[in-house]
Amino acid sequence: MTLNEQQDEIIEEFSVFDDWMDKYNYLIELSKDLSVIDPKYKTQEYLIEGCQSKVWLFAEMEGDVVKYSADSDAIITKGIAALLVRVLSGQKPADILNNELYFIDKIGLQQNLSPTRSNGLLAMVKQMKLYAMAYNAKIGN
Amino acid sequence: MSLDIQKIRNDFPILNQQVYNKPLIYFDNGATTQKPQVVIDEELKIYSHENSNIHRGVHYLSEQLTQRYEDARKTVRKFINAKHDHEVIFTSGTTESINTIAFSFGEKYISEGDEIIISTLEHHANIVPWQMLCERKGAILKVIPINDKGELLLDEYQKLISPKTKIVAVNQVSNALGTVNNVKKLIDIAHQQNIPVLIDGAQSIQHGNIDMQELDCDFFVFSGHKIYGPNGIGVIYGKEKWLNEMPPFMTGGEMIKKVTFEKTTFNELPFKFEAGTPNYVGAIGLVAAINYIQDIGLENIAVYEKELLDYATKKLESIDGLRIIGTSEEKVSVISFVLDNIHHYDAGMVIDKMGIAVRTGHHCAEPLMDRFNIEGTIRASFSFYNTKEEIDKLHEALLTVKQMFS
Repeated sequence: MTLNEQQDEIIEEFSVFDDWMDKYNYLIELSKDLSVIDPKYKTQEYLIEGCQSKVWLFAEMEGDVVKYSADSDAIITKGIAALLVRVLSGQKPADILNNELYFIDKIGLQQNLSPTRSNGLLAMVKQMKLYAMAYNAKIGN
Repeated sequence: MSLDIQKIRNDFPILNQQVYNKPLIYFDNGATTQKPQVVIDEELKIYSHENSNIHRGVHYLSEQLTQRYEDARKTVRKFINAKHDHEVIFTSGTTESINTIAFSFGEKYISEGDEIIISTLEHHANIVPWQMLCERKGAILKVIPINDKGELLLDEYQKLISPKTKIVAVNQVSNALGTVNNVKKLIDIAHQQNIPVLIDGAQSIQHGNIDMQELDCDFFVFSGHKIYGPNGIGVIYGKEKWLNEMPPFMTGGEMIKKVTFEKTTFNELPFKFEAGTPNYVGAIGLVAAINYIQDIGLENIAVYEKELLDYATKKLESIDGLRIIGTSEEKVSVISFVLDNIHHYDAGMVIDKMGIAVRTGHHCAEPLMDRFNIEGTIRASFSFYNTKEEIDKLHEALLTVKQMFS
């Protein structure tokens, strides 16, 4: 699935919720599916510290795609992190860099990625792109 | 006298709205308080009809507004019962007030090896300016510890005082826990050794009568926006003796007597500490807020807020797995709490969607959170426009949170 197909699928999934609590309950569910970061990477080095919640992010190249794993101490943050991992993990570095993440806005969670909401997620997206940029440079694109 | 809460609520236009299709319940009064219509009207009136820079023009508008600004100083002086009008300095808020004192007092009186005492309960605004001062001067920061209820340990405080102690800076009420400190006692102890005391009144001024001459503190600071007044206005009360001796913090227009390129001499109090164009609109708006709460009566407010605090404490304590952080005997209407195994951010996100505004996180008091070995809390802070029915809604919301995350 392409990155945008992933985004569209998530938008589709969220379109059935007209209530915030349903949305949050779904994020709680998703948080359980997150490919959780290997405990050995759940360290200061991989920590993205937000004011409100913490996020850990790990990335590695597998063939020509980037694989991400993440974790958070807050469950809703973890659910959103799961969505970001689902969209970006398994994609080529160039695709990660060149596609816009529009699904967050579409499913109404944009406040979670605002610079003033210091929950680590905005920094997580930046960090994901930085990894992609580094890998992209490495493979000589 | 009991308060007519419905009538009071009608004075605050912001309260009459829905968020996420739910009636707004505003429990974030510790962060900022809402403004009654009289405050909003006052600011609107000034900008519409009276605006002019003060202390400078000889023209009608400037004269009129200068008078109102100086009257505002008098009103604040009376409100806190300071001795002199010129002991009241207008700033942009508590943070600027503390930074001003830390700088100016530090320049004059702090040298290497001197000691400054603060407490574990302080907001970052009453930690970092002193820390910076210590770094500049090679001074040492000492911290009064607390017990598990969130109360200052007076015995330990007494032990911290030494011949090297130059100033004590503590809050009267903890923003994160709501603890009311016995500042009278802290001041008396310091004064026995002739040590001046700064009281951070950001979280106390809105909850009851505070009298400078009775407290006898050397400095007292607060913000307008936490006392139902405008944003961007704050106050330093300082005893004349200190303010006269201390050098200015910010320099520029208005605060000078004479400027040549060789030397500048400074204006007298209070102007020495009010460089540049002051926030006269905010100062006059603050008067409207002070008049408003005095009409309601600070004692009436204190009684009703205590009722809300007791009701909410009982209600929240009944929730299994909820732990209140800060259980001091003396508290203002602030409840900080954690839920077992539920992150405060998750709880805050869900509560928000139910139309309830609370604060989550470390409340700009990280060392205090460290003391309790927690990352943060959920804080509900009540004002006299809140109701028991709203507290019931918070209780319901927390039960939903528990259900969702367990």
